[in-house]
Amino acid sequence: MLGLSKKDTTFLLIVIFLTLATPILLQPFPENSALAQFNAGYPDLMQRFAIYGIFAIGFNILFGLTGYLSFGHAAFLGVGSYSVVWMYKLLSYNVLPGLILAVIMSALFALLIGFISLRRSGIYFSILTLAFAQMSFNLAYSVLTPLTNGETGLQVYTNDPQVLMGPGSPSSPHFFGIVMNESAKVDIGGWQFTFSNGYYFCAIIAIIVFYLSLRIFRSPFGIMLRAIKTNQTRMSYTGLNSRPYTLAAFVISGMYAGLAGGLLASMDPLAGAERMQWTASGEVVLMTILGGAGTLMGPVLGAGFIKYFENIFSKINDNILHTWFSALPDGLEDALVFMLHPFIGKGWNLTLGLLFMLVVIFLPGGLIEGGNRIWGLITGKGRKSKRAVKDNDHHPKPSAHVN
Amino acid sequence: MGILEVSNVNKRFGGLQALGNVNLDIAQGTVHAIIGPNGAGKSTLLNVLVGKLIPDTGTVLFDGVSVLGRKPYEINQLGISRVFQTPEIFGDLTVFENMLIPCFAKRDGSFRLHALESIAAEKGLIELAEHMLTEVNMIDKRHMTASSLSRGDKRRLEMAMCLVQEPKLLLLDEPTAGMARADTNNTIDLLNQIHDSREITMVIIEHDMHVVFSLAKRITVLAQGTPLVEDTPENIKGHPKVKEAYLGEAAA
Repeated sequence: MLGLSKKDTTFLLIVIFLTLATPILLQPFPENSALAQFNAGYPDLMQRFAIYGIFAIGFNILFGLTGYLSFGHAAFLGVGSYSVVWMYKLLSYNVLPGLILAVIMSALFALLIGFISLRRSGIYFSILTLAFAQMSFNLAYSVLTPLTNGETGLQVYTNDPQVLMGPGSPSSPHFFGIVMNESAKVDIGGWQFTFSNGYYFCAIIAIIVFYLSLRIFRSPFGIMLRAIKTNQTRMSYTGLNSRPYTLAAFVISGMYAGLAGGLLASMDPLAGAERMQWTASGEVVLMTILGGAGTLMGPVLGAGFIKYFENIFSKINDNILHTWFSALPDGLEDALVFMLHPFIGKGWNLTLGLLFMLVVIFLPGGLIEGGNRIWGLITGKGRKSKRAVKDNDHHPKPSAHVN
Repeated sequence: MGILEVSNVNKRFGGLQALGNVNLDIAQGTVHAIIGPNGAGKSTLLNVLVGKLIPDTGTVLFDGVSVLGRKPYEINQLGISRVFQTPEIFGDLTVFENMLIPCFAKRDGSFRLHALESIAAEKGLIELAEHMLTEVNMIDKRHMTASSLSRGDKRRLEMAMCLVQEPKLLLLDEPTAGMARADTNNTIDLLNQIHDSREITMVIIEHDMHVVFSLAKRITVLAQGTPLVEDTPENIKGHPKVKEAYLGEAAA
């Protein structure tokens, strides 16, 4: 179906199901239970999962396939956001023109930055992209204030032209009348599920771009990119100039980032320079490595994992810990809370850092590798390579080994 | 007029004359070995042939076109393939995917993108790749990751990847270096079989005399950057100058 093998079609259908069911799946605890704070099924967070998922999927096309580690992808995120807000200011709150402009602008930016940065590889490439991103950040912050509104951030004012705004048009981001921040709340038993327009808008776009990345992974272009990562010498002695391929990958992943940035501004009609800062570039690197670089689902998992920590773990405070351990003797309770204190609340970065270290050391393939190992233990099938050898007599499945 | 003409090539590295006045004329369809003691300039010569090094003077013509100053991928597009001393293959990819890459690469170097076309749809190319793998006897290993192959198999794969592009000239840099005797003999058989079936021109740089005398139709002996003799293997074996310079025996 859709140019995919049977296995990939199943995979895609599972992903579609999981994405659409997210508002239910992320709400496992009843509203009034003590664990309700671990629920992640509220629109703001789910939108972030989807948007940063898109960002990471795109980043993975560059880093996971070609091995070129860009440290400047946040620049495209910012370009996307600014494009969308400008379209709000000039036309109307419909997100479509903005998103189209976001993808085009980020592609142009990526073409320029990629054309220069890809002359070098390895650490020099990373530093060049980092330099470009920091230049963009600083320009947006100061020199380009007329375009970006500097440190205040770009937003819509009442005296903006908004030429397409009719009297009945929604006054917040919408997609042909579907207002992003509207949602339907459903109460079943003790559970409350929120189905928000904004989330489903992001989710459907995420599914489409995930499908695109799946096709790229399984295409001759994808295999070329993996060949570039493995051995550039053989690549050039096979008569292939790797530059156009890496540039194409760079532009594609820049467009993904621009789309993600545009979606951020579609959910919340603001764009600030801090979106371009190097920490944002570093975050997507973390997401991709944490989930599993070069795998299809890994980056999305990594994005979800980090955003979950950022939003849920950071909300746990000492009082909550005290209620958890209230059954213990007083002294022990205080000691435990004291010990856990650095890891919660504002210390969520510490927990994330430790987890990241554990994953990188023990699961170099990221969370996906962890999942595969557990799956291997359950099914007892052992390693994949052994099965692959036994598979000889069957017809070739040339692309089956990227998960 | 040979397919590859090297005339008056000189190359200095600082005070060292790596190549001095090298003239070579390699005939179409032959197997030409270049031998010589360590430091004789064999690798330098090879690097000049693939355009990696630009000589101080002289010209290298392939099929009447100069190769000097061209990038490696342009050299390949002219019809020169190279087999490396350590097999250069795509280690992370499967054997079959390794074969697909040269099949995708067009001879004119045009940009084959197909970002959305699945590999399975490339019917003709898959058949081509399978056919080549069968020829080098590796079809049953097609799902293995290339980095897990034995040295001999890596060499076979690399050779298959070169041959599927139907090059006019195959450059081999010590094709049996670091191989066990059995693997060496397999490689010799494979090379002979390739040469017999395709009439391809080969230039071999080799240390191992057993390999050289089993394969070469013509041999050039290089010593201190200058060709000493060029002759058939039979004549080289008994040549007093060669014995002195290379085989390490005192002149009789």
